[in-house]
Order: sequence, then C-alpha cells, then structure tokens
Amino acid sequence: MAMARKSKANKIGRDNPMLVFPFTVARVIRESHDTFSLELESRNRRREFSFVPGQFNMLYVYGIGEVPISISGDPNRSKVLVHTTREVGTVTRAIRKLKVGDTIGVRGPYGRGWPIEKAHGHDVVLVTGGIGLAPLRPVIYCLLSNREKYGKIVLLYGARTPEDILYRKDLERWRSRFDLETYLTVDRATGAWHGNVGVVTSLIGRSSFDPFHCVAMACGPEIMMRFTMLELQKRGVEDARMFVSMERSMKCGIGLCGHCQIGSTFVCKDGPVYSYNSVRNIFMKREM
Amino acid sequence: MENLERILSEHPFLAGMDTKHIQLLVGCASNVVFQKGEFIFREGESADAFYFIRHGKVAVETYIPQKGPIMIRSRSEGEIFGWSWLVPPYRWHFDARALELTRAVALDGKCLRGKCEEDHDLGYEIMKRFALIIAERLEATRLQLMDIYGDGPKK
Ligand SMILES: Cc1cc2nc3c(=O)[nH]c(=O)nc-3n(C[C@H](O)[C@H](O)[C@H](O)COP(=O)(O)OP(=O)(O)OC[C@H]3O[C@@H](n4cnc5c(N)ncnc54)[C@H](O)[C@@H]3O)c2cc1C
Ligand code: FES
Repeated sequence: MAMARKSKANKIGRDNPMLVFPFTVARVIRESHDTFSLELESRNRRREFSFVPGQFNMLYVYGIGEVPISISGDPNRSKVLVHTTREVGTVTRAIRKLKVGDTIGVRGPYGRGWPIEKAHGHDVVLVTGGIGLAPLRPVIYCLLSNREKYGKIVLLYGARTPEDILYRKDLERWRSRFDLETYLTVDRATGAWHGNVGVVTSLIGRSSFDPFHCVAMACGPEIMMRFTMLELQKRGVEDARMFVSMERSMKCGIGLCGHCQIGSTFVCKDGPVYSYNSVRNIFMKREM
Repeated sequence: MENLERILSEHPFLAGMDTKHIQLLVGCASNVVFQKGEFIFREGESADAFYFIRHGKVAVETYIPQKGPIMIRSRSEGEIFGWSWLVPPYRWHFDARALELTRAVALDGKCLRGKCEEDHDLGYEIMKRFALIIAERLEATRLQLMDIYGDGPKK
C-alpha cells in the first residue's frame, strides 16, 4: 500500500525536513463558494507522495507565505496530492488564485495522524463539521479500502447550509453504500432542502454504533469538537477512544519554533491528532 | 390501545415510566398520519399536542418575509417534537411540515395537562423528561446561533 511505501521524496524529506518541493497544480475543484481542492503533482514525475491520514503539509505560495493544510486525498493514490482549502486570509486567498499549471511549494507530510490501526475490529464513528471533513476524508478512503477490518462505520457531517456541503460526489457514493452509515445535517436551510437540519452533535444519539467497542474521531471547529466529546461521553464512549484534530498557527511545522505549542505539547509534531484524554484540559482552558 | 401502549412504553423518552402512568398517557394518545408537504401545525395556532415520530421526517420552520420558509430543525423516526402544549399561552412558535409521509403518535396536550394536574407524580415524570428535551434544544440552538462554521472569506 502507498502508505507503507517509502518513496524517494520522503527519504529526502526526512533528511532535511525543511526542504520545499515544487508541485504543479494539475486540477482545481470548486467545493463551495469559499472552499476548493487542488490536485497537485510533483515536478519530478516519478516521485510519489505517501502520508498517513490526518497529516498535513506546509503549502508555500512563492512570495506570499506558508500555511499548514491537511492532506485530503486518497492515501492509495500516491501520485496525486490533494489539499482542500477554505479561503480565510492572505495565504489561503493566494492559494485560491492558483491555476492549472502553476507551481506551489510543498514540505511535509508532518504530524501524527488518525489511529486507523487502533480501530481495527471496532466500530468507527467520524464526527465532522465544515472544513473538518477534509482531514477525515483520507480516513474514510482507508477504512473503505480495508472494510473487513472494521465493525460499523458511521459518518456524521454537519455544514452551515446545503450550499456549503463539501465533496458532494464522494458523499453520494458513501450514502449509497450499505456498509457505511452516513448522516448529513445543516445548520439552516430553505424549503428546497429535504435533509436534516440541526447541529451535527444531534446526530450522535441517532446513529447505531456500539459505544463500548468503538473509536471516535472528530474534526471541525473546536467548539463543535467539545460538544461532540460531551455527546459521545453521554453515549458511554471512553475518553481514550475519542480522538480530535487540533489547529494552532504554525511556522516551522517540525517542533522547532514553538509557535504551535500548547502546554507541553507541540501540535505540529505531537499532533495534530490527539486522544481526547490527553488534551481534555486544553479543551476546557478558556484562554486557548 | 394495546398497540399504542406498546409503542409508548418502548419509546426511549418514556423509558423507566410506571405502567400505570403509561396507561394514563395512552388515554390521551392517537395514531396520526401526515402526507408529504402537509402542515402539522402553524405558528400562532393553539398548541394542543406533541408527537412521537414512528416513520418519516418533519421540518420545523419559520417564515421570514422576502426569504420564505427557513428550516430550523428536522425531526425524524424515534424523535419527539412539540413542547408548546406545556407552557402558556399554549401556542406554536414555529410551523411543522411533513417532509415525507410521516406516521406519528399524537398526545393531546389538553388531556395531558388535565391528567398531570390530577396526578402530580405523572406531571413530575413528564416535566423531568421535557426539561431534558428543552435543555438539549437550547444547547443546540446556541451552537446554531454561534455560526461555528464561520461566515466565509474575510476580504
Ligand atoms: C494542522 C492544521 C491543518 C489544517 N488544515 C487545513 C485544511 O485542510 N484546510 C484549510 O482550509 N485550513 C486548514 N488549516 C487552517 C489553515 O492553516 C489556516 O486557515 C491558514 O493558516 C490561514 O492563513 P491565511 O494567511 O489565509 O489567513 P490569515 O491571514 O492568517 O488569517 C486571516 C483571518 O482568518 C482567520 N483564521 C486564521 N486561521 C483560521 C482558521 N484555521 N479557521 C478560521 N479562521 C482562521 C484569522 O483569525 C484572521 O481573521 C489547518 C491548520 C492546521 C494547524
Ligand atoms: S510550528 Fe514550530 S514548533 Fe510547531
């Protein structure tokens, strides 16, 4: 599998983790009014890019700046690197302006990913909101390509409005599968929408996973993850079996500069994925 | 009646309730069906029931002039909706519309209020359960109001 393969690129990356590699934009996909995916190919055609779901890259727009963005593509398609970005400020706006054929700098992959192996033999519950579906999409690809290794798989996804729903084609495919329970909800909708309306946490009580034999992974705005943890606890899921992905502003991405430090942990190196019991206190601290 | 008693006693909302209280509820219950698109109630009408959804999906909506109906929440199989029957002036604050063919058990609010007045133990059991629902809705509404997914790019 691509994930296990040790590509030349990653060998180089390991020797000098700050090296930026040029990638070419091969495809731009508009996901919603402010969110888009880029399919990137290495300038060195033979190079493959392997990663663990949940890891991120530092994307560098020449002359503008660099931002951490999770890898959102399929770990089994190692020739194409996919990133889904929501435009919020200077660098993400510059990324949005890139066109097919343009160059972007990539260094990574960095960080610790989702506990896919820990979930073997268990039900898996994925709770995600907004752009939070991006870091979890590689998990879904991985789970589905090894479907027999897991119990029930439940995907709960919340978006602001029906127009903000990402990855529509994937979602259609996932919803038509009998071995994946997919629920979508939006915070508000007009009359044309016939799906669920309400916060994503309200779907937790509705889904049919075994709380005592499951691994839960949550990704989205921190407030959403906090309420998700509370709901999962109500269902009886242990803190050690719940995982979250944390976001902090970053500079080096490799545990050197301290930019992303919270308490004794460096989100870029020790995270971004953490078990809830290891970050519970951080979650509850107001000044964070 | 037997069927209604079974449906109510198996519903998680009434889990742990005494059989005698369930039987009192059955006296106020009836099976109802709503066709797709049918309004179950409208804002301002007298709130005379609450519903256990057996199959289907219901939209809770409000109407905004110039924008039309905005869906605030949806309710589906296994869930209950409607608590305005419990608090004066017993009027609906929103519209409810069936999004698909919906079968439900309706509990007559006036009948239930009468029984709760007569039997305060039943009243307390009902209040406890509705307090949980109201707290959960309040929490969900707060999250919705926070607009946690943000408001798009900052230009
Ligand atoms: C590990 C990790 C993975 C990430 N993965 C993704 C991803 O897959 N897709 C993606 O779109 N973003 C992701 N982000 C967030 C992304 O890095 C930031 O949105 C980006 O750094 C903003 O840079 P900017 O220069 O565009 O905005 P800035 O100019 O730095 O900020 C502009 C405005 O946006 C606000 N802002 C900054 N960051 C965020 C944020 N994260 N969310 C909301 N508002 C923000 C700022 O407060 C400010 O008001 C990730 C972050 C981390 C730490
Ligand atoms: S970004 Fe430099 S230590 Fe994490």
